This record gives sequence, structure tokens and C-alpha cells, in this order.
Amino acid sequence: MNEVLLKVDDVRKEFPTSSKEVVQAVAGVSLEVRKGETLGLVGETGCGKSSLARCMAHLYDVTSGSVWFEGRDITKLSRKAMRPLRRDVQVIFQDPYGSLNPRRRVGSIIGDPFSIHNIASGNERKKKVQELMELVGLNPEHYNRFPAEFSGGQRQRIGVARALALRPKLVICDEPVSALDVSIQAQIINLLSDLQQEFDLTYVFISHDLSVVRHVSDRIAVMYLGKIVELAPTGELFGQTRHPYTRALLSALPVADPDTADSREQIILGGDIPSATNPPAGCRFHTRCPKARLDCAAEEPVLEPVLDDRPEHRTACFYPLTVGEDLSTAVPDLRAS
Amino acid sequence: MALLEVRDLRVSFDTPDGTVRAVRGLSFDVEAGQTLAVVGESGSGKSVATQTITGLTRGATVSGTAYFDGTDLITADQATLRRLRGARIGMIFQDPLSSLHPQYRIGWQIVEMIRAHDLEISKQAARKRAAELLTLVGIPRAAERIDDYPHQFSGGMRQRVMIAMAMALDPALLIADEPTTALDVTVQAQVLNVMRRLQEQFGTAIILITHDLGVVAEMADDVVVMYAGAVMERAPRRDIFYRNHHPYTQGLLASLPARSGDRLTPIAGAPPSLISLPKGCPFAARCPHVFDKCSEPPPLTDVGGDPRHQSACWLPHNVNEAVAS
Amino acid sequence: MTAAIEMVDVIDEPQVIEGRSPFALALRRLRKDKVAMISLAVIVLIVLMAIFAPVFAAVTGHPPNEQYRDIGLTPDGLPRGPNGTFWLGTDDLGRDILVRIAYGARISLLVGVIATVITVVIGVVLGLAAGFLGGITDTLLARLIDVVLSVPFLLVAIALVSVTGPSLTVTVLVIGCFSWASVARIVRGQVLSLREREFVEAARSLGAGDSRIMFVDILPNVIAPVIVYTTLLIPVVIVTQATLSFLGLGLPPPTADWGGMISESQNYYTTAWWFILFPGLALLITTLAFNLFGDGVRDAFDPRADRT
Repeated sequence: MNEVLLKVDDVRKEFPTSSKEVVQAVAGVSLEVRKGETLGLVGETGCGKSSLARCMAHLYDVTSGSVWFEGRDITKLSRKAMRPLRRDVQVIFQDPYGSLNPRRRVGSIIGDPFSIHNIASGNERKKKVQELMELVGLNPEHYNRFPAEFSGGQRQRIGVARALALRPKLVICDEPVSALDVSIQAQIINLLSDLQQEFDLTYVFISHDLSVVRHVSDRIAVMYLGKIVELAPTGELFGQTRHPYTRALLSALPVADPDTADSREQIILGGDIPSATNPPAGCRFHTRCPKARLDCAAEEPVLEPVLDDRPEHRTACFYPLTVGEDLSTAVPDLRAS
Repeated sequence: MALLEVRDLRVSFDTPDGTVRAVRGLSFDVEAGQTLAVVGESGSGKSVATQTITGLTRGATVSGTAYFDGTDLITADQATLRRLRGARIGMIFQDPLSSLHPQYRIGWQIVEMIRAHDLEISKQAARKRAAELLTLVGIPRAAERIDDYPHQFSGGMRQRVMIAMAMALDPALLIADEPTTALDVTVQAQVLNVMRRLQEQFGTAIILITHDLGVVAEMADDVVVMYAGAVMERAPRRDIFYRNHHPYTQGLLASLPARSGDRLTPIAGAPPSLISLPKGCPFAARCPHVFDKCSEPPPLTDVGGDPRHQSACWLPHNVNEAVAS
Repeated sequence: MTAAIEMVDVIDEPQVIEGRSPFALALRRLRKDKVAMISLAVIVLIVLMAIFAPVFAAVTGHPPNEQYRDIGLTPDGLPRGPNGTFWLGTDDLGRDILVRIAYGARISLLVGVIATVITVVIGVVLGLAAGFLGGITDTLLARLIDVVLSVPFLLVAIALVSVTGPSLTVTVLVIGCFSWASVARIVRGQVLSLREREFVEAARSLGAGDSRIMFVDILPNVIAPVIVYTTLLIPVVIVTQATLSFLGLGLPPPTADWGGMISESQNYYTTAWWFILFPGLALLITTLAFNLFGDGVRDAFDPRADRT
């Protein structure tokens, strides 16, 4: 098993709101990212995956907890001390239309990392930028164009080029393909995969689209309302699903295959995702869980291996699913036993 | 005769950069009580087509016909269209936050819509109906929530409110333009479930516009695949997935993430500009099977002798087994 | 129209290497605007008149401050109307109005441009700082902007000039020190919303510091409204300077300047219509030309016409 590149240790991130309340975006998350792997972070609105990603990249200051990169606690670093580390941890953003400055030329945008860190200037920088453009599949002659003159997929390639300029060790991809057409998504996914192999990159891949995450990830963490509910190698997450939320997520995912669509169980969760300012007591999922019992409302389950799972497969649930268990007929029972 | 028969719809816009030919000869039928999925990526023209049919596009040059229950919607005057919209044709859009008026209560908006079409109904009766509708779409405590504002509902709830409004007058046809694209996947499942239930209960026909082939597999009876403003392939659901013909359909299916580890097979290149469309087949530049005849635009022809399955492609129309996932 | 239009994948397109910057696009639009182009031509003419004012003096043979009491005034001591010698007539001291108008253009344009430039530079820098840095910097600057905008400009100007005495420098400074606040306020507002954009976050993630982000990333996005505001600010400054002059707070006599000339003409408007008309027209045409041009610039930069 490879060395740990990034370690998240009981991180919490809270945002104050205009009223006295506080949004608990990340409510105590611990995980590790190993060198060379792709860790998928998946979840729905309000699960905190984007906030967690930004805490990992130290774009947000954590409310509590720490983030260790290559053995150093980066949450304690000042902005100045953090700067050299920024070469090693990069981010690819979701919105190809918003993450590029519309008033700057593309060559200048991709060249930013070189000028910010005083690595190259003038013609040398231009050369490096054009190499990067070719690397990601853009025409280097378009160096002087503006973002508006590129398509969504091409803009995302520009974002990738910018992120890779300084050969980072860890790249955090925040929904990198969600805003793209399906046929273009595949192009970008392939590109990311090729670059990972060529440059020995480690990815944290965030998405709400479970089918994409499944395709790219070695391990997947499923998040709900600020906490990780299940963390496992990809195959085990799908083949040996333990957490009811994961199972519901999987069953809700539309599959482009009529036979499967017709035959599979549909678990329709009731209600909405609760508010992150006032999360449910105990297990945060218990209000919508088909298997909820009384103790689920009292105590928070710990993320740890359950049943006969290996140590890499961790679930936060008091009543994890067995393989083949039919959840569509389950009924919650919150009465005292 | 089908509930809605669209023949050779063409829509173009004049812009400073040139004429955008957004829809170029679209024809389809929607049968009563059935769901037609219109699939396409951005620039395919799918949204423009349905908006034009209901008279909601401005400044466009339109030709073709769209017969809804005997009336041609394309040539109908605004008064007729207003009468039909809401009462006979319901519409749901992608972003419920922008389609619902943020400053009026939900109940009021539904009641106003009902009373705009039904001049005899009393306010109380309309309100009662509004509450019934909200319950029908699965909004808990409808009687209390009827006086809430749109911002007090979550995204999924708002979409259900939109469905309730669209269904208020029991329309024969519901047009849903990317109704679940902006929603979380578990919420999407809820909303699609509501739509299915309503269709079963009321026999409403649905035109479902989407780019998500998974949603198509779950909801559609018939499918139309659009690209660059024209129909590439049209077929019943199973045929589109298991016996498809058009390289674009195949490309779309092949580019979906299937099992992990396999390299994805994307479609090379990008969609063409609708201002300077190439002659011939619009997909030719990206097609792995392109040959010389493709410089002429291919007509829609039956696949395997089945008039319900048509493909706009010069490749021989023997039924192939599809490149399914 | 809702369908997004994807760009053609331009990998195989020939040498369109230069990007079409938003400025190039705006310039193109501006050139098509007839009214704006005519106004620009008028502005150019006025500038030429100012530059070649000595030529006017040479051709007519009358320096601007030379008083021609014998040929320039009637036997009663009143100004003479337009005639063969004095094409636009004379003022109360027998000076050639045409030549004075030409020299007056220098003052108006000089003050107009210099004061505006000072205003805009101060306003942009402070607006950027307030909007981007936030916190106490913003609180202080925002309050300062509010104070400056509430101060009655003319009263302070009068008070100041009565202390220091009228001069070109004081005029420019006084105008500059008050006008920057509205520019700063506009810039600050823009920056507040730009600050939340993802490309700013992206810049941070690359390790960019505050000042780099402000000047390299944010400023180019703020420039367009600033340019528009500048072109509309120039005529305001010109009129303000003329007003100060009119009130006797401008330049010391005998300097030729339009506001001063209008002031001097007050007592003669029944007897010497040309004395008030021509300087007034000069001011009006100049202001109008700048305003119309400014409108054209604003329309050319209209974000709705931009495709992003």
C-alpha cells in the first residue's frame, strides 16, 4: 500500500449565517489520500464534499481539526508559508465558464502559476504554456484567445492545463465534468486518466454523479450532511454496499439500460435532505432511513469496519446491510424496544 | 391520429453573427398517455423546439406544423395559445426558482392559474383544488404549506409544485424540459416517480426533454435523438438502447461511464456551430463511419422495415445489434 | 433562446491567432455608431482648436489678452459685434472673442482631462482596495466615500479658493478630491461581486497574493465600466470648472476661459448678445460632444452585446 499523501484529521468546517445559526458544512471528517490513487468523494447537496475539498487545499480555514500534507500540518500555515505548497496541491474547478477570468487571454491564464511562483517569464514561459496546451489537447496557436472563444470542454482543458503547470502531486478535481455535455465528459475523463498515468498524479475526485465517480475512483467516500457514511474500495462499495444511504443513492441512479431499469428495486427516500444548520440528532441519516431504529436517533455511529469487512471498508451505521438484503420493503421503527 | 403531430418544424434566429438554424426539420408524434423522450446535448435544438411549439419563442422564423388535437399550434394566434397553455398543455422547466414568481405565495399562483382558465370556479374551490394538487405530488402538510413562498421550498419540492401547477387543469400533454437536471439524484428519483404516478392516474402524455440517457431508460416509451437541430434517430425505447442504428446514438451510449477500469469511448470533436452548418450530415465530422455519401444530408429512413424506428444515416439499415453498455 | 451554441472545435482552422478582445469588439461596435463618430470628430476639432490657438491669434492678428479699446469697442465703450476684423466680436475690454474661445478650449480640456485622470486613478485604486480587501479597510474607505459624497462641493470649493486664491492647480485639485468618491463607489460595488467569482478562488489556489489578484485579475474586469464612467465624467468636470470660473473661483484674469467669459458677459447680454452666446455655445457643444461620445462608449461596452 502506498504512502499517505494527505491526511484529514477530524476536520470540521462551519459557516456563520446571518441569523445566529451556523451551517455545519463538514462535521468531523477523517480520511487519508494515498499516493497515486484516485479517491472519489460523492454526495448530494449539502453533504459538504466541496467544502471538504477546499479545506484539503487550504482554500478555507478549518474550524477545527487538521489537514496533513506530506507530514506537515497545513492548517497551521500562514498564507505566505502556504505558497510554496500550492505548487504541490492544485484544484480543477467545476465551472468552465466561471473559473477562467473572461478578460484575460488564455496564455496568460495558463501562465499564471509560472509568474506567481517566479519560475519562468517571457518567451520561456510562453513555450511552457504552449507545451501544456498541446498536452491537454488544445491548439497552442490559440495562446492569445479569450475564454469566450472556446467551448465548455475546451475551457475545462484550459483549467486542467493551468492546474498541471507546476507538476503538482495532488490534484483536487471539484466536479470537473458536471457542467459538460455527455460526449465531452468522456473526453475530459480520459484526459485526466492519461495525465494521471503520465505524471504520477494523485486525485481527489468530487462529483455528485456516481457513475462517473465509479469509473475513475480506486476508493470512494460517500458523504451525507457533513459526514462520511461509507468509505470503501470501489468494487466493494458497489458489490458489498453496507450503508442504507449508499444503497438508496445507487438505486436512485438512472441506468441507461431498460432491462435494468425495469427490474431493479427502487428505494425512494422520503422527505428532503435536512438543513445543515440543524442536523438530526444521532445518525444524521436516521430521519430518512428505511431501517432506522431508536438507537439511531440517540447516538452517532462511528466510521469503522462492520460485519466481516476488511479494514479498508468502513461504514458508519448501527444496522449495516447484508449482501442481498432487500431494502425496498424495510420500514423504519423508532419506537422504544 | 396522435395527440400531437409535429411535421417538419424549422426554427431559426437572426443574430449579429449570422442566422442560427436551431431546429431543422423536426417531426415527431406524441401518443395520448405515452412518454416521448427528446434526447440531445446542448445545441441540439430540443428546448427551442418545444418552446416554439407552445409559442414561447420570440423573434424566431418558424415554419412547419404542430397539430395538437386538431389545432395547428404554429399558426395559432396568441389568444388560442394562451388558452391551450395551462389548460391542455402543461409545462415544467428546468429551474423552478425562475419559473415560479418569488413574491407570490404558491397557493395564490396555482389558484390564479386555475381561475385564469376556469372562469366559473370560485376562489375557495380553486384553493381546495390547489391543496389537493400539492398533496397529489407528495408535498406533506399541503394545507399549511399552500401559503408558503417559493423560497421556503427545497429544489425538489419546488419542482413538485411546478408539476402540481402544470397538472392543475388536467392537461392532456405535459412538456417537461430537463425537469430533474438541477436536482440531486435521490430527489430526481422522487420527482420522476411523481410524474410516472400522475401519468398512470390521469393518462397524461409527456414530452420529456433530457440529456440523461438513464432517465430515458426509466421513463420513455418512445425516443427521439436530436443533434444540431435535426433528428438523428427515432425509435421505441428498447430499440434505441438495444437495436440502435445511428452512430451518434451509439457514440452517446458508448461514452457513458460503464464499469470502472475501461477506457471511455468519447465522441471526438465538438458539436458544430448552428450558424455555419456543414453541408450533408451534421454528424459527419465526428462520425467513425463517415464515407463519401455523407456529404449529402441523409433522410430519415426506416430501420429493418419498422416504420416506428427511423435513422437519418446513409449506412445500410439492416438492424444491427447495438453497442449497448 | 435557451440552447447554448457550442463553438466549433477550431483545431484545424487557419491563422486566426489574435484573440478578439472585448475591447476590440467594443471598438468595432463604436465605429459603427454614427452619432458617436460625429461627436468624436467634433471633439477632435475642439482639441485641434486648442492646440492651434496661437494660429488663430496669428491669423487674426489679435493675441488673446490684448485689449483693443479703439477698434474693438464702440465710441460708447460697448463691445463690437461680429465684423470683418473681429469675426465673433469683442468682449467688454475689446478683446477678440474668437481667439479667446480658442485659448479657453485649452483650459477646459486641460482641466477636464487632468482632473478626470486624477479622479479616476484615485477612485479605482481606493475602490479596488475597499472592495477586495474588505474588513476594516473597506469600512474606513466606504465611510470616507460617504462623507466625501455628502459634502456640498461648491461651498467647500468657495471656502477653499477664498483662502488660497484662484489658480489652475487649486481648481484641478478641488475637482479631483471630490469626484473620486463616485468612481470609487462604482468600482467597489463591482469588485464586491467579482470577488466571489471562481476565477478569483482559482487564483488563490495557485498562490496569488492580494495585490496580484487585485491588479491582474480584478482590474481588467472593472476597466470597462470605468472607461464608460470616465468619458461621461469629462463633460461634468468641464462644466464644473466653468462653473467655478463663473463664480470667480477659477483662474485669475486676464486668462481666457469660457466660464469666466460667460461671467463677464452677464452685464452685456442685452447689448452684446455675441459676448454671451459664443462662449456659451462653445461650452455647450463641447459638453454635448463628450456626452454623446460617452453614450456611444457605454453602448459599445454594453455587456449584453458581449458574448461570454
